[in-house]
Formats: sequence, C-alpha cells, structure tokens
Amino acid sequence: MYRYDQYDQAMVDARVAEFRDQAQRRIDGKITEDQFKPLRLMNGLYLQLHAYMLRVAVPYGTLSGAQMHMLGDIADKYDRGYGHFTTRQNIQYNWIKLEDAGDILADLASVEMHAIQTSGNCIRNISSDHYAGAAADELVDPRPYAELLRQWSSFHPEFSYLPRKFKIAVIASKRDRAAMRLHDIGIEIVRNADGEPGAAFYVGGGMGRTPMIGPLIRDFVPLDELVTYSEACLRVYNRYGRRDNKYKARIKILVHELGKDEYARQVDEEFAHLLSQNIEPPLAELERIKTYFADPAFKTGLPTDTDRLDPDFALWMDRNCHAHKQPGYISVTISLKPIGGIPGDASADQIRLMAALAKEYSFDECRVTHAQNIVFAHVEIGRLHELWQQLDAAGLGTPNLDRIDDIIACPGLDYCSLANARSIPVAQKISERFAVNGKSEVIGELKLKISGCINACGHHHAGHIGILGVDKKGLENYQLLLGGSEAEDTSLGKITGPGFDEAGIVDAVEKATDVYLAKRTEGERFLDTYRRIGMEPFKEALYG
Amino acid sequence: MAESLGTGADTVQLRFRDDRQVDHPAVTVDAFIDQSNATAVRIEPGDDARLLLGHLDRIALVEVNFPGFGDGRGYSAARILREAGYTGEIRAVGEVLVDQIAAMRRCGFDAFAPDTPLDEADVAAAFNRWPEVYQATTDGRVPIWNLRHG
Repeated sequence: MYRYDQYDQAMVDARVAEFRDQAQRRIDGKITEDQFKPLRLMNGLYLQLHAYMLRVAVPYGTLSGAQMHMLGDIADKYDRGYGHFTTRQNIQYNWIKLEDAGDILADLASVEMHAIQTSGNCIRNISSDHYAGAAADELVDPRPYAELLRQWSSFHPEFSYLPRKFKIAVIASKRDRAAMRLHDIGIEIVRNADGEPGAAFYVGGGMGRTPMIGPLIRDFVPLDELVTYSEACLRVYNRYGRRDNKYKARIKILVHELGKDEYARQVDEEFAHLLSQNIEPPLAELERIKTYFADPAFKTGLPTDTDRLDPDFALWMDRNCHAHKQPGYISVTISLKPIGGIPGDASADQIRLMAALAKEYSFDECRVTHAQNIVFAHVEIGRLHELWQQLDAAGLGTPNLDRIDDIIACPGLDYCSLANARSIPVAQKISERFAVNGKSEVIGELKLKISGCINACGHHHAGHIGILGVDKKGLENYQLLLGGSEAEDTSLGKITGPGFDEAGIVDAVEKATDVYLAKRTEGERFLDTYRRIGMEPFKEALYG
Repeated sequence: MAESLGTGADTVQLRFRDDRQVDHPAVTVDAFIDQSNATAVRIEPGDDARLLLGHLDRIALVEVNFPGFGDGRGYSAARILREAGYTGEIRAVGEVLVDQIAAMRRCGFDAFAPDTPLDEADVAAAFNRWPEVYQATTDGRVPIWNLRHG
C-alpha cells in the first residue's frame, strides 16, 4: 500500500500545526465561530448533538495494520472505546473534545493519517473498490489513480471553497463495488480499442435529496491527462455551480440543468485550455505510486480448498468470502453487523484485533468498505479456518455479507444534528426480527440501507430496500423504498407510499420480503423479482 | 458614468508588487468593457473573468471581491487571468481572511485589501506554513510530483 515520503509527511505535519494555530485563534477570539467552522470542517471536526465528531480519512479505504491499531488506540484514549466506520470508507469518533483534536491529529500523523477534507465544501476522501488488487474481475488496481487524485485534491488552492462538497470514486472493474455512478465524479479505468488504459468520467451522480445517476461525460481520458481533465471538471463546477441554494449546489444539479452535453462541452473547452498550462503530473509519478500497489509476495502451490467440516465456518466461508485473482488466496469480509448491533461500529479491542490479524493473515493490510465492513483482501485459503476462529471468538464472525441484516445505516438522530429520525434502532430491530424469524437464511442477497434524513448518508436511494427517516409533525416516520442499487446496474429506489412508525416499518420490511419469497423464481434476488413484477404487488401487501 | 467601486490605496494591507499602486477606483466588468479609458476593474463572484481577456493590455488592476469568504469563485477568476498572461495587479477585497491568503496567493492574487485588517504575525505564519505544494499553478512553485522526479 502507499507510504508517505518526506513530502507527504511534511504536508500533513504542516496541516496539524495549522489546525492547532486555528483552534488557538478561535480560543483567543481572533476568529468568529462562523469563520472557524469551515476550517474545523476541513479538518473533519463536526459539532453534533452531544459532542464533537471527528471523521478520519482512510484514502480509498486502505489501511495498514499499524494504522488500524492506532484507530483502536484513539477510540480508547479520546472517545468511549469504539469507532464508527462510514459509507465513505472512513472512520468517525462521536465523543470528541475540541481541546483534544490537535493531539488526535498529531497521533494520526504519526502513522501517516489525517482528517483532511473529510468535511467542508471541498474534494472529500476518494473512495474505491474494497477488493482492489485482489478481485479476479478487475482490469488493474484502481488505487494508484485514486492516490494520484488524492495528492492533486489535497489543499487544492482553487477548489477549497466549492459550492458544496465533492466526492470522487475510482474503480477498474465492470463490477461496481464503490457506487461509482452515485458520485460527483465516478471514474472507471478502462481500455480503449487500441488496448491503452484510460479513464471514463461519469459526472453529476449523487444521493441526497435529489438523487441522480451520473451520466457518462467522456468515455476515454488518457492517463497522462487525468489530473488536467479532473481540474477542468472542477473549474466549470466552481464557476457555475449554484451558490444561491445549498440544496441545489451539488454538481448533479449543474449537470442536470445544463444538460450533460453542454456540461461536457464546457469541460472540453476548459480542458483544451488547461492542457496548455502544463499542470499534469509527470507519468513517472503514476509509475512511482504503482510500485506501492504491486502485488504482495503471493505464495504459489497453495491449497485451493480447505476443510469445511465445521458447518458454521463453511457457512461463513460461503457468504463472506470473495474470489481472488491468485490461486490459493481469497478475500474475506469481516461483518461489522452482528445481530442487533450498531452497523459499522467496532470496539477499540476489536479494531486492534483486526489490526493484528491483518498483519498475520493479509500482508499487514485491510480495507474499509462503503457498506461499513472490513475486508482482508489476501488471505490464504488454507489458513482461513484459523482466522475465522479468532474473528468469531471476538464477535466478528457474523456470516451475513450482503444479506438483509448487513444493513447500512447512518448515525441518525442518536448522534447527528441534521437527522430527523433515528436509524440505529430501526437497523437493530430489523436485524433481530430477521434473525428470529429465520428469513435472513432463505432470502439471500438483499441490500438494506437506512438514512435518518433526506441527506441520504445511509444510501437509502440505492438499497434494494431503502428506509428514509422523516419528521412527521414531531414524530419519527419512516418511508419505504424499493428497487435501488448501487452496483453496476445502478438504479434509484421508489417510495412505496405513506410512511410507517418505528414498529410499522419493521413489519413493512417483512411484508415486502414475504412478497418476494412468494413470487420469486429460481435464482432471483429480491431486486430481480422487484424489477420483474414491479411495485404493485408490494403496495398491495403493504397497504391493501 | 459608472458607479465607482473599489478600495483606496490606504486599505491595501499586503502587496507583493514593486510598481505604483493604481489610485483610481475600479469599475464593474460591464462598465469596464464599455469604457475604453478605464484601467481598473472589479470582478464580483458571478462575473465571467474571461470577458476581460480581450482587454488585458489596458488593465493595471483587477479587484476580485469576496462578499463572503465561503464563495470560492474568485479563486478561479484570478487563475484564469494569470493563465491568460495577465501580469497586472490582482487584489483580493472583501471578507479576506488569514486562512485563505496562502491559497489566494497561489491562484495569482498579489495584493490583499481585507475588510478587517489581518494580524501581521498570523499573516507571516500563513505564508510560511506550507513547505511544498502538490499542484501546479502559474505562481512558479514546483509541485511535489516534479520535485520527486527531478
């Protein structure tokens, strides 16, 4: 994985010093809270309902064992002994004291980490495929391109006060595991007809209150023009994105209002101009970055199967593992969704255990997934059982990847000052309901995603089943959506009808799954059945 | 006669130029284009800096107004002018804060007339903060990725 050189380290150290200085000037009254707010946000520090929340960046979701270990230590030292992994492949801490923030950033900097641009109207942490470098279906490892864009977007002098936040994802497989087309910019590394690698740009996707699937803006950008083209996309947005209304300020609104062709034309014009400005990094830089993402020292001649006598292990292996490009290896997803648990939460001890196990079993590297789980990308199949035993003993062996209880949920009204309704208790009740009634077993793949407000941090638009918490005359109310997908078959869920109260939404989810179980044909997932039979049978069961 | 705008010489707190400061007021972009003798122009956030590109040889001062520090359009305006070869003064006016001036400098601003004067020590710290830069702009600094590869 990528390691800082002296330049990267010096930049992060400078940022820590800058933030300490900013916080001191706030304490001294030299700057107002209004002026301080965007500064602390650009260092990941939010003021939430009960305390400050610190969001730490995990670039493209990849962490070393030492970094993961530090995340556990920070949870103990500065928080309440746990951390929350997020849909942006980051981690956030919910009980932070402002006066500790400088020290936390310094601790993070000691392991090449930071909280830079994890909030604010700037380019946010760049996300990627959590099986990058391991999946048999990928063209190349997408992370070197994400790292190049990380450097380009860090402290960008022109793009630190954009109309609104800006999220970029980079993938390199036809299988989309990063919700690529639901990003402000989604980049897919592709090959052209001559076999040369380049980047397809999808611009103007997003969730939030106006969900949109990003249209293809340019099908091929040569790799030695990647930064220049990105800069052109951003400049057009910075100049013309709406600033009159915060809710219409994302680039998706600009692309939608201009039309994708007109937006693409304006970008092309800016791109042609910027090509004359020599802002592109040398290709040697991309080559340098790539060396950090070279395959680890895979062994050859390893066994390609393992003893599956233990049924619990066999179930977990079937559900939570993913095919690896290298014979004898497999990618493992550690579910942070125990039955009745808080999606994405892990205790300090669990985080440190995963750090140690990553070192022992996966070349000292792990990843955070956008579905709020942890991946060990490169595990020897022959050692899978002993790894599973240690995970399971620590409550990290839940066999539910992509099942109805593998729920994405935002922090909701339990923590977030924007939320209208609680997300966590709904997730917990659904998880418990489907464990008790045994239906999680029979349903198979079903991605359920819960947001506690219209901002859609819980990706409810993209859930096979989505739940949106709203405020209805002072009471929490939950709308049900069906038919969304964040994968390569990207689609946006549709609202079934009137919302439900907290108990009612759990019943409604069960009714929807009952319709599926009654109507499904051989091999159909919930999403496939919904697409085939449409909304009506579900509406009838829910409201009829 | 266009309404005169702009900052007087006495409100410019920081200036990184040796030439004489323009001492007459700036006019709006529309007025500037109509007025062949104007040499100072003021860009508001919604103005298109590229409208000035045909007139660069007669501009001595461009003021870029920041009515609020959170509106970042002025950063693009300044870069566009520099990228087109403009060498006159670009002055940031309005709500210009110490935490923005280093990035503004990189985008081509070479004078600052903040509504509220900045603390000199904070200014010095802000300009000395960043050891290197990641991005190429027209300010001549060599980006980290070029330093790495000689």
